[in-house]
Amino acid sequence: MRPIWIIAKKELQSFFDSLIAYIMIVLFLGFSGFFTWLYGSDVFLVGQANLNGFFSIAFWTLFFFIPAITMRTLAEERKTGTIELLLTKAVTDRQVILGKFLASLLLVVIALAFTLPYYITLASIGSVDHGAILTGYLGLIFLSAAYISIGLFTSSLTGNQIVAFLLALFIGLFFHLIFDVLAGNFTGFTGQLFTTLSLTSHFDSMSRGVLDSKDIIYFLSIIVIGVFLSELNLAKRNLAN
Amino acid sequence: MDIKIENLTKNYGPQVAVDDISFEVKAGEILGFLGPNGAGKTTTMKMITNYIAIDHGDILLGGKSILNEGDTLRRHIGYLPEHNPLYHDMPVIDYLKFSAALQGVNKSEITDRIKEMVKICGLNAEKHKKIGELSKGYRQRVGLAQAMIHNPDVLILDEPTSGLDPNQIVEIRKLIREIGKEKTVILSTHILPEVEATCDRILIINKGRIVADGTAETLKKQAHGQELIITTIGEGNPVDIKNALLELSAVASVTNIDTNRFEIQSKPDKHSAREVFQLCVGKGWVITELTPTQTKLEDIFRNLTTN
Repeated sequence: MRPIWIIAKKELQSFFDSLIAYIMIVLFLGFSGFFTWLYGSDVFLVGQANLNGFFSIAFWTLFFFIPAITMRTLAEERKTGTIELLLTKAVTDRQVILGKFLASLLLVVIALAFTLPYYITLASIGSVDHGAILTGYLGLIFLSAAYISIGLFTSSLTGNQIVAFLLALFIGLFFHLIFDVLAGNFTGFTGQLFTTLSLTSHFDSMSRGVLDSKDIIYFLSIIVIGVFLSELNLAKRNLAN
Repeated sequence: MDIKIENLTKNYGPQVAVDDISFEVKAGEILGFLGPNGAGKTTTMKMITNYIAIDHGDILLGGKSILNEGDTLRRHIGYLPEHNPLYHDMPVIDYLKFSAALQGVNKSEITDRIKEMVKICGLNAEKHKKIGELSKGYRQRVGLAQAMIHNPDVLILDEPTSGLDPNQIVEIRKLIREIGKEKTVILSTHILPEVEATCDRILIINKGRIVADGTAETLKKQAHGQELIITTIGEGNPVDIKNALLELSAVASVTNIDTNRFEIQSKPDKHSAREVFQLCVGKGWVITELTPTQTKLEDIFRNLTTN
């Protein structure tokens, strides 16, 4: 466990050192705050004391921001060769991946923590469904974790950060939008399959306050598969012919 | 901790990078790993450090196979990879702290170890800078410091002195010699005088195979068992001189370097200088040069690796 935490700490530090963290937090808060409180179907227009507006904005902003966070994690190490130094230390490939996963997730959690004043404000101006907000935040964290594992995987494929970023967006787009659209176009088993695959449907139910084991299993499987494939990619160098 | 390499083989697709090599390095020994580009030095080092897998054969560190206990053995290895990759946006001290923690150095000892490494590697003036702001030589020192931070039994250094200025090279060599007294060190380099200055033993590999193994002295003896003299003899017909030289009892062969300049190889265990001198005195020729030459490591290296 200790190596995972050491790597996570170092990665988190480098997010802040390289300004990525600040830019990400400022942009995220700017976008979500603007659309939650000031513009469009904001809280005052809807007139309900819930954070649904915020959750659906965060749903999109995180989709774009997370690949930008994860793109460098492994691609840069591969390009500069530091991956060799890291993997010849007393750590396993899995610990490296999990450390980087944890660091990215912590950064997202920090960004989300800055939106807690939204909740406090809301609670003071109306009666809030605390459970729904809790599951909504949980949904955002699960969604982030899923996209982080996809981003880690694409970052492990290449030494080029831009490729990693675009590839993560491309794969993410399927879960984010395309499966959902396809689900609407098919009926029966195929339609059901696409609904199950679509991240949107799982996130929606969580942000409405429904905590279903199905959704949690869905998110966990994306996370596990993404992390596992990244680890496999790292281990590929290590395959005997 | 001894290193024992048994029938090590590695292929990259159809290309054989390392071809069935075996050797041993004892604790307290510094092994210089020589070879032309692409000979398989770096590949071998990457296999010892457990970065890439072994196709065939085995590597034993202190009697334990890295195939079975690779993850625990890494803790005993300090590694400076080729090109010395480092995190450029990390401050030196933070990076050393990170390396130490990852290598399992106890929290209470980390600060002491870092202090010691900063002192040994001469990083004191630069320790608060980011690695990216350092000159190449200082980066190399950071690379060495991170390799030694956990006091490993085995040090694998891939071209440790590249990019250093002559003063630093001398210091780093001294440092490696110092470390090599107790630890097992393998270092690769292109700089041949460096091997002679630093290493107890030399291993030359070419096209994935070992072509020479021994101390600098034994290699030189093997390469040329015979004495070699260069001489310039004036005031005589070069052809006559050459023929006369060839008739001497101690001379094995004579080659023209210049019109009147010859390279004379003596027969095994014989010395020809005296005979050459007496010949010239007898014939009235004037010797303007008579130099015994030593075979250089460069020549041995070239001989072994260019065919």
